[in-house]
Amino acid sequence: MFQYMVRRLLWAFVMIVLVIAVVFAIFFVLPGGAGRREDGRASPVAVLMAGRNPRPDLVADIEHRLGLDRPIHIQFGLYLGRALKGDLGYSYQSQYDVRDAVFRRLPATMSLAFGASIVWLMIGIPLGVISALRRRSLLDRGSMLLALIGVSMPTFWLGLMAVFFFDSRLGVYNVGDYAPLTENPVQWFKALWLPWIVLAVVSAAFYTRMVRGNVLEVQGEDYIRTARAKGLKERSVIRHALRSALTPVVTMYGLDVGILLGGAIITERIFAIPGIGLLAVEAITSSDLPTILGVTVFAAFFVIAMNLLVDLVYAALDPRVRYS
Amino acid sequence: METLLEVKDLHVHFPTPDGVVKAVDGLSFSVRRRETFGIVGESGSGKSVTNLTALGLIDRKAARVSGEVLFKGRDLLSLSKEELRRVRGKELAMIFQDPFACLHPFYRVGDQIVEAILCHDNVSKRQAEQRAIDLLGAVGIPRPQDRFRDYPHQYSGGMRQRAMIAMALSHNPDLLIADEPTTALDVTVQAQILELIDRIKNEFNVGVILITHDLGVVADVAQSVMVMYAGRAVELGTRDEVFENPQHPYTWGLLESIPHIDQKGSRLIPIEGSPPSLIHVPPGCSFHPRCPHRFEPCDKEVPALVDRGSGHLDACHLSVEDKERIWNEREARRTKAVS
Repeated sequence: MFQYMVRRLLWAFVMIVLVIAVVFAIFFVLPGGAGRREDGRASPVAVLMAGRNPRPDLVADIEHRLGLDRPIHIQFGLYLGRALKGDLGYSYQSQYDVRDAVFRRLPATMSLAFGASIVWLMIGIPLGVISALRRRSLLDRGSMLLALIGVSMPTFWLGLMAVFFFDSRLGVYNVGDYAPLTENPVQWFKALWLPWIVLAVVSAAFYTRMVRGNVLEVQGEDYIRTARAKGLKERSVIRHALRSALTPVVTMYGLDVGILLGGAIITERIFAIPGIGLLAVEAITSSDLPTILGVTVFAAFFVIAMNLLVDLVYAALDPRVRYS
Repeated sequence: METLLEVKDLHVHFPTPDGVVKAVDGLSFSVRRRETFGIVGESGSGKSVTNLTALGLIDRKAARVSGEVLFKGRDLLSLSKEELRRVRGKELAMIFQDPFACLHPFYRVGDQIVEAILCHDNVSKRQAEQRAIDLLGAVGIPRPQDRFRDYPHQYSGGMRQRAMIAMALSHNPDLLIADEPTTALDVTVQAQILELIDRIKNEFNVGVILITHDLGVVADVAQSVMVMYAGRAVELGTRDEVFENPQHPYTWGLLESIPHIDQKGSRLIPIEGSPPSLIHVPPGCSFHPRCPHRFEPCDKEVPALVDRGSGHLDACHLSVEDKERIWNEREARRTKAVS
């Protein structure tokens, strides 16, 4: 088990370095040539970083600070070193340290992501289990129909419809009134309940179908027949089945939350939740390269970290994984 | 020896969109204590369904079941789900074919046995654990106190089957049903497991039903044999009787198809044709399309399972004299081919 953990940690580290390398290639190498300064002209990357209407001395300063006048592999080394230390850059345009900006926005994204995930787990798992245990019943068919509808709805459409109905029409919701949990819990909840539901719908539908499929599959397994043959109460037999059927859900959950933590861009935009997703949108629309860069690396890091966590939890649940 | 199990005219039919699958179509037999009762047949002959039905592991909503299955005098088919659950694993135990899939991969082997103990007995966890360790030792697993804590994937196939047997024995059942326990294991392990089952039969004073498609296994360990075909019994008798004096063309075919070590160079002798669909069972004797000795009544009347004397039953229209003649002819032909 220990060996497994160490291996996974090392792999995660390698992944982070790779991601940083890819991000570096995209942002530093691709735009306008190799990112290297052509004779007499400033590095295109430095120009981009300087923001709108850059002053030449600012550009030169950036070039020097980030080593953009150095050979490409040195640039990468410098960038990697900075990223691993947690320095995500500085937005000259908006005048803030990117890491500070990200961490300021993180709680809102976390509230949105974890809150929605709790909703979809609370709906998806019980509904999926009951549908599987009462296969072909009215409840089963009904929930599968709902799941099909849920899975087919694009989040942006659902979000806009939700705002239209609940904000414009019914007035029970108000876009843009977010307050942090620590400041005003009531307002925090009032701002989040609708985006939670919107985000959760698609995932709940997906999880319902997946859990139902898993439980049905596991029910046919030989070890479930053994459990019955030994005379276990049906309750215990179901527990055996759920143990197998729900373990893959852990993996899925980790990945889904990991992705959301990188910013549920559309949902945050529609509901004006000041999270990382909204930060990314703002940065993109204003061509704020350092922030875009920083958010990308950060989001990737979160996905890798959740991946790692999920793998470790899975190893705790499934003993076969530990010894391979 | 007392009769433990008596199956009377068991029918298990599964209605499907394509028709009714007659998995078991009028089966009767009995099993005594300290006896190994072998049930032989091809895949789809109804051997497993019979025993799963006895244990209540067949979905009664999906199957139409009729007849009686008397276990120690009680008809299992008429028991409620809860009553049946209390019998399962306690008085009547079953082990299955694929030991690799039969143990839950996420729980330790010892814990699964402890669970089997605790679901019928109100003992402390510590006592249950000790009993589980003793059982693992009794089935020949070395260092059982260490192996108790292992997971199924850390056991070999033979060990897993032994663990399954240990689990089945946890309440000293009266009857052990072994559904192809050695099919998934290699030959040397097969011999060990069969020997274990035989030893247990005597030590624990149980009756054993051994389901297999392997005649060699039956010849080795069974005292009584029932040959099944298309959901019906076609021959039933003691092991010696059935092997030395077989009375049904299907049994003849099975015995002849066994390759012999001294049968060098000659071709294998299969039974012509293939097993029938259980939805469209051939009229009359279900074996008649494949039988080289069929005659007038075979495609019209279903042959009843008749006792020709000395408790040896068969379901064939041929007279005893005809059968003896044909069998001797076939034997002679085969011996000539071998020499």
